[in-house]
Amino acid sequence: MTRRRWLLPYLLMAPGLLWLALFFVLPNIQMVLMSLSTGTIGTGFEFDWAFSNYVEAITRFPDNVANSLVFGGLATLLCFLIGYPLAYGIAFRGGKYKTLLLFLVIAPFFTSFLIRTISWRIILGDQGAFLGLIRDTLGLVPLNFSIIGTPLAVVSGLTYQFLPFMVLPLYVAIEKVDVRLIEAARDLYAGPWRRGGAIVGGIGGGLLAVGLMLGLRYATLDVEGIVALLTAGAFGAVVGGLIGSFLISEAFVRIIWPLSLPGVFAGSILVFIPTLGDYVNVELLGNPKTQMIGNVIQNRFLQQNDYPLAAALSFILMAAILVAIFLYARVLGTEELTGGRA
Amino acid sequence: MTVAADTRPSSAEAGSAAGGPGRRILALFDRHGVPLFTAAALFYLMVPILVMIAFSFNDPPGRFNYVWGELSLDAWLNPFGRPGLQDAIVLSLIIATIATIASTVLGTLIALALTRYDFRGRSATNLFLFIPMATPEIVLGASLLTMFVGTAQEPLKTLTGGLFFPLGTQTILIAHVMFNISFVVVTLRARMQGFPRHLEEAAMDLGANEWTTFWKVTFPLILPGILAAALLAFSLSIDDFVITQFTAGTEQTFPLWVWGSTRASLPPQVHVIGTMVFLGAVGLVAMSTVYERWVARRDARIAREEMRRLAPATEEGPR
Repeated sequence: MTRRRWLLPYLLMAPGLLWLALFFVLPNIQMVLMSLSTGTIGTGFEFDWAFSNYVEAITRFPDNVANSLVFGGLATLLCFLIGYPLAYGIAFRGGKYKTLLLFLVIAPFFTSFLIRTISWRIILGDQGAFLGLIRDTLGLVPLNFSIIGTPLAVVSGLTYQFLPFMVLPLYVAIEKVDVRLIEAARDLYAGPWRRGGAIVGGIGGGLLAVGLMLGLRYATLDVEGIVALLTAGAFGAVVGGLIGSFLISEAFVRIIWPLSLPGVFAGSILVFIPTLGDYVNVELLGNPKTQMIGNVIQNRFLQQNDYPLAAALSFILMAAILVAIFLYARVLGTEELTGGRA
Repeated sequence: MTVAADTRPSSAEAGSAAGGPGRRILALFDRHGVPLFTAAALFYLMVPILVMIAFSFNDPPGRFNYVWGELSLDAWLNPFGRPGLQDAIVLSLIIATIATIASTVLGTLIALALTRYDFRGRSATNLFLFIPMATPEIVLGASLLTMFVGTAQEPLKTLTGGLFFPLGTQTILIAHVMFNISFVVVTLRARMQGFPRHLEEAAMDLGANEWTTFWKVTFPLILPGILAAALLAFSLSIDDFVITQFTAGTEQTFPLWVWGSTRASLPPQVHVIGTMVFLGAVGLVAMSTVYERWVARRDARIAREEMRRLAPATEEGPR
């Protein structure tokens, strides 16, 4: 062993980390500086602590901010509701096919993000298969019912695109749960969750139904809307209560759920924050009214060349992800997070 | 693991007095409901891919390939038959190839350092590498654009020699290498976790120096992992839209061409190329998996034969 040996790992990492320093860290610093500058692309930008850019970024696009938070939040929730049982199924029931099933989860990444979104436009279109089924065959919705151009289409697209980012960390967390703990719980007569499930499932289902109705703009706060909301809420509460009390076991609530919380948190961050910055789904599936913060950033940067304001908006997203990551690392340790995405 | 059997409640429980219908419903759900849901969710993930493949055989009634017209092989027989499409695909392939090679080399070096050495700042490095993966693409693209545009002004303009501005192929490449590095490291690190260090020690004991040991023992063992990481980098690069849109200037890659076509006329050729890329990537993954299995089986067979030959002489197993 030579004395220089301790240097070796640093030398190995130097080129790659230098690249990231130059083209990831430095650009972000540049973006922060830009977000505090004034000027135009013609006259050049001048750094003058222009915090007004941030004030403007937050106050000037209230509709887009609201859309981002609502659509992003709903998509995260739906990703969780689909992703958790999926990750659970692969982890506990995948058997020897686990690797194949996980491959299927990431298989969408082998197709272009744009083409997948275009596929949803085909499926959800007025002459598409989905409306063909629920409108023409089953007659569940009126004949003039459209999905493309509505919040429902945008949230559907976001949910689909970001589902794998929810499933992978959840899978990593659930897979680690020691099966013997569940057996022990069963031996101690852990059965269906019953009363707790009825309460939690009922409240959760009711809130979810109301949230979807409001968030997807299928109900407004007038008399007719409130009646619709109450109906949907009651329906959601009944379904949620039934699922909670019959299909969820005490073993799950007391063992698997608490142990998988790091995965829930990581997955939610990895879905929620990128959805805020998405503009492709809105462009292809939504309409001008459903535009999100990502659309504003894209438009300001690439069409209007309004760099300082756009930089302020992007940096708000960047700051959100940094805060989330550091909170996570603080509470749960870095290994859990950084080793979790293979 | 025998998880499948373990998650079922024992039959004694299911029939016990404390059980009743609730327990039976739960057991039924666990046995059939969970796998059914898993299958349905995976199918949901596949639907847009199936639609893409189906619509590559479409002859759309209008300019946009959004509505089914009639079955046609036209697009497959003439997959590049749109102005600019071929150039865009060629540019995408060039960028993806160079970015894959560069990011795989840089990422492999980092992964080697992270998995084989214990050094100060290792977990900080892990965290640092995670951040670009969690950062929204739009932020990665926007920040690069900000920096590149910044070099359009003096004195940076002369200092950088116009490398970053005007935007073009070189700036797309810089961006693609950047976002690929973390993914290469993470893929490779996961593959290298169970690395058999004793094989290297054996080589060193037999007199090989570190350099020889690396190329004769370590490298062949991590090569499948490197190829997997390179494959991931390639598919991320060839599919990337958002970051590319921010760093491309007037250049057009395939995803950018598709984006443009969603505004004027979306031909089924887009679906044909998408299908080709998908099948190519899946084919490569399948081939590498089969190859790895084959190598593992061959090694196990050789080891068994050696064991049998050496069995009387030694107690120790080959692995």
